Amino acid sequence: MNPNPASPPTAAGAATAARNTSLAEQPWLLEVKGLTKNFTLRQSMFGRGSGTVRAIDNISFFIHRGETLGLVGESGSGKTTAGRSILRAVEPTAGEVRFRLGPAESVDIVKLNKPDMRAFRRHAQMIFQDPYSSLNPRMTVRDIIAEPLVASGLARGSELDDRIRQAALRCQLKLEHLRRYPHAFSGGQRQRIGIARALVVEPEFVVCDEAVSALDVSIQAQILNLLMDTQKEFGLTYLFIAHDLSVVEHVSDRVAVMYLGRIVELAPTARLFYQPRHPYTAALMSAIPALNPDEVMQPEMLEGEIPNPSNPPSGCHFHPRCRYVQEVCKQEVPLLREVAPGQFAACHFADTLSLKGASTA
Amino acid sequence: MEDSPVLLDIQDLRVSFPLDEGTVQAVDGVNLTIRRGEVLGVVGESGCGKSVTAQTILRIVPPPSRIDSGRILFYPPKADGGKSNGQHAIDLAALKPAGPEIRQVRGKDIAMIFQEPMSSFSPVHTIGSQIMEAITLHQDVSQRQARKMAVELLRLVGIPNAEQRVDNYPHQFSGGMRQRAMIAVALSCQPSLLIADEPTTALDVTIQAQILSLLRSLRQQFGMAVMFITHNLGVIAQIADTVAIMYLGKVVEYGPVREILHNPKHPYTVNLLQAVPRLGKTAGQHLVAIEGSIPGPFTRLPGCPFHPRCSAFMAGRCDVQVPAVTQINATHNVRCFLYEP
Amino acid sequence: MTDATNAVDLAPPVGRVKGKARTQEQDNKYYTAGQFQLIWWRFKKHRLALIGMTLLAMFAIIMVFAEFLAPMEGATRNVEYLNGPPQQIHFVDAEGVFHWRPFTYALTYKMNRETFLLEVTQDTDTHWPVYFFVKGEPYKMWGLIPGDLHLYGVRDEDAFLHLFGTDKLGHDVLARILFGTRVSLSIGVIGMFIAFFLGLIIGGIAGYFGGAVDEVIQRGIEFIRSIPTLPLWMSLAAALPLEWSSEQVYFAITLILGLLGWTNLARRVSSKLLSLRDEDYITAARVAGSSDARIIFRHMLPSFLSYIIVDLSVSFPYMILAETSLSFIGLGLRPPAISWGVLLQDSQNVKSIALYPWLFTPVIFVVLAVLAFSFVGDGLRDAADPYSR
Repeated sequence: MNPNPASPPTAAGAATAARNTSLAEQPWLLEVKGLTKNFTLRQSMFGRGSGTVRAIDNISFFIHRGETLGLVGESGSGKTTAGRSILRAVEPTAGEVRFRLGPAESVDIVKLNKPDMRAFRRHAQMIFQDPYSSLNPRMTVRDIIAEPLVASGLARGSELDDRIRQAALRCQLKLEHLRRYPHAFSGGQRQRIGIARALVVEPEFVVCDEAVSALDVSIQAQILNLLMDTQKEFGLTYLFIAHDLSVVEHVSDRVAVMYLGRIVELAPTARLFYQPRHPYTAALMSAIPALNPDEVMQPEMLEGEIPNPSNPPSGCHFHPRCRYVQEVCKQEVPLLREVAPGQFAACHFADTLSLKGASTA
Repeated sequence: MEDSPVLLDIQDLRVSFPLDEGTVQAVDGVNLTIRRGEVLGVVGESGCGKSVTAQTILRIVPPPSRIDSGRILFYPPKADGGKSNGQHAIDLAALKPAGPEIRQVRGKDIAMIFQEPMSSFSPVHTIGSQIMEAITLHQDVSQRQARKMAVELLRLVGIPNAEQRVDNYPHQFSGGMRQRAMIAVALSCQPSLLIADEPTTALDVTIQAQILSLLRSLRQQFGMAVMFITHNLGVIAQIADTVAIMYLGKVVEYGPVREILHNPKHPYTVNLLQAVPRLGKTAGQHLVAIEGSIPGPFTRLPGCPFHPRCSAFMAGRCDVQVPAVTQINATHNVRCFLYEP
Repeated sequence: MTDATNAVDLAPPVGRVKGKARTQEQDNKYYTAGQFQLIWWRFKKHRLALIGMTLLAMFAIIMVFAEFLAPMEGATRNVEYLNGPPQQIHFVDAEGVFHWRPFTYALTYKMNRETFLLEVTQDTDTHWPVYFFVKGEPYKMWGLIPGDLHLYGVRDEDAFLHLFGTDKLGHDVLARILFGTRVSLSIGVIGMFIAFFLGLIIGGIAGYFGGAVDEVIQRGIEFIRSIPTLPLWMSLAAALPLEWSSEQVYFAITLILGLLGWTNLARRVSSKLLSLRDEDYITAARVAGSSDARIIFRHMLPSFLSYIIVDLSVSFPYMILAETSLSFIGLGLRPPAISWGVLLQDSQNVKSIALYPWLFTPVIFVVLAVLAFSFVGDGLRDAADPYSR
């Protein structure tokens, strides 16, 4: 049991670390710069109720081709909004999302007009959380999977049929299932249909928005395996949004932690989990229930609760709950800066704090 | 823990839902024992019947449910002044679901907290008044005394500014605070058993840690037993003394938490433990997934409920008979033909 | 996720023998069933709704085959039998002899000089047998196809059969009711279609664009709804020139009803569209590259089609009652047009209530039609969302 390993604790982790360094040499596939999304609360006619919620506040990061970037955070962190804004499923208020189309060519998706954006969609797809609301109950499975191809006119006739069949088989769906409607299927199978739909256009980038959170444990394992296998087979790049930290550690190469609309830490998985440099990350890691009854958790208890997103604290959003808070934290917003090779933290004292990481089971 | 007297003894409980389309056997022969002060973790996936079992204890399963057979023997400690059990057993399964006897038990001897704290509170009454209602239903105290007790309870569960917050409405509390308030309501009459049905599933992980720590300290303070239902094995490892693994209405394995986690016997338990991503151990690797999926409520096959997905399936036996309970040792039992002598 | 307590919602509604396990084939039928098939299965469970549906089917038959079903034309007058009471059918005659063929007694009548009432006496010696599929008065079905076959009638030259009696001009009440069905119900149908299209388009615009457009349209709807209906109908109907022919009045009335009836539907459509916009599967369609038009027609429309059908069936009674009321007070259709409302005009006085109560028979038909639509609407409302969990 290695509470503060200087190196990742398992062979698997070591393999991931090696992969991380090789990934770091790859050019980025997606670069997010200063992405912001504001929601206006409904104005009530009487009194207060005004205001804007900055669901995501000026976030920047990049994702390498072929890697899985995990995105974690608690309620109000903005991680779901981030995933949706990147794909313009929700229109960002400001910022850039650059997608690399070729060795010297990249495009800012946010600035694309409607027809160009629709043409771009084949490069980036999304898998949703709720298997019951992400499939149109009134369309057959075949039509659901076909939609990305049909809507963009990418395939028709027998080529369309072939690609649908391939996508279904790859996700371990039987061909006779294609004629059925979603109500015939369980949660896990529905999630496979959603994955087939996302993969049928052969995208390069997929946002997995809590893709396994609504599934039973045994089904979750099947779907995680499927996602990892498809990634290896097609060289996909994933943005994996989740709240279950064990799952995120399992699939991600690097992880970003969000708090109240900002990224507070971004690092390769092993380092984020076992050598965090931001107090919030440390608190999160200490709260993961260890699967070993002899390892009694000593979670870092955070004072107070997550503040109201429409009225965030000044300076560092985390300062009211941070045990290391100082005057500067209330006044200056800490920038996300590199505190160790490849590890970024948004804390004024990231260099000096010594924080405890997660305990392995 | 083995020495504490038995508090609740569920014997061969069967609960079904007769519907037009067929009968759903939600609970199919469940045996569980909870001793005073013990934390029993009940683990299972969809359709395993864990929630229906918990609701049946308090007889709050919605119609058209029906208890087919079995007993739920409750040995209230208050009746004998805390001494060992003996004569004072009540069979909760035999009580009328709307009758006065079960209402005596609800809230006073056995309390329950749920997954969604928002929908468990009335939005038009203050938290304080709802706690006071629970108090005055079972205890003979004045309104002022009840209010004092309510404030004290809120403080006990860690809600700051309890004096002011007792007059707040549920929507003014955050998710974690509401869950604490729900625990306060449940504790108001110092029950001997607290049934917690997925209380932390909807909460953030840091709040979950707080609630678990609160439950641990409260249990020490009051000597209260807890039946903790969840699908999260990590939470079970941290809070349970004993674990029951349920699958499709049956308890397939039962034993002390260390036994179950380090020495699982039933193929389902083994697979479940392998299917969970583990910090520092499984990163980047294939998880051992269980084949197939949980069958629907109307398609139940004969024999062991797990046999269609079991890697140790033995044709002719597992699909024909239901395995009986086999004792592995004094505290650990399993329902599997692999272990039958 | 789904424990057994939720099994009630998951239970598929395919017809099956109680307690028996479903066969593979039944399973497959259920899995491949589209939304209307599922709605139908759920609908079938409501007995009242099925009764309502049967009634509506019968009304539909009457609408199509009125000329055949009625013993004579609506305008045909039997001057010898004015304000005549309904004639009775007998199988057993005065001597106690049973006849297979039903018959009615011949009637003799004379005007009482003192009371000026028609006194009718039955002549039990003379029978007027009732024949079925009888050649009677010639007609042109829907004004196009000539024919002369009637469902029932009498063959005798001076015989007549008025099952619901006659009015003051000697018209057969039953015949007029049957012909009136065609008019009353068709006004409802056409008015409903006008309301449907208006509601769909206006509501669609409001719901799709949201924001200011939606606000303006919603306020407009509220304005229209706040005008008291009866005075509004009356003024619109009274504005119709007296010289207009029956047909012109007919279309004008349907137009008025349609123009006033779209508001409910528009509100439903716009609120449904607004809520659908946030559904995950609509987001998925957008991420898949669907254009706005495709999202509306391919993805959203099927979702709220079933709700719209419910709304339509629920607004039908309104249309029927509206026409009936307007015509009843003389502002809608006028004679010689025949509709239920027009028929009820004749019963507007004490003399009718006291002496000629059979003139009220159209009321029964109105009630039956409204009930039928209400039952069907109820059944549809319960069945309309087969995917609710």
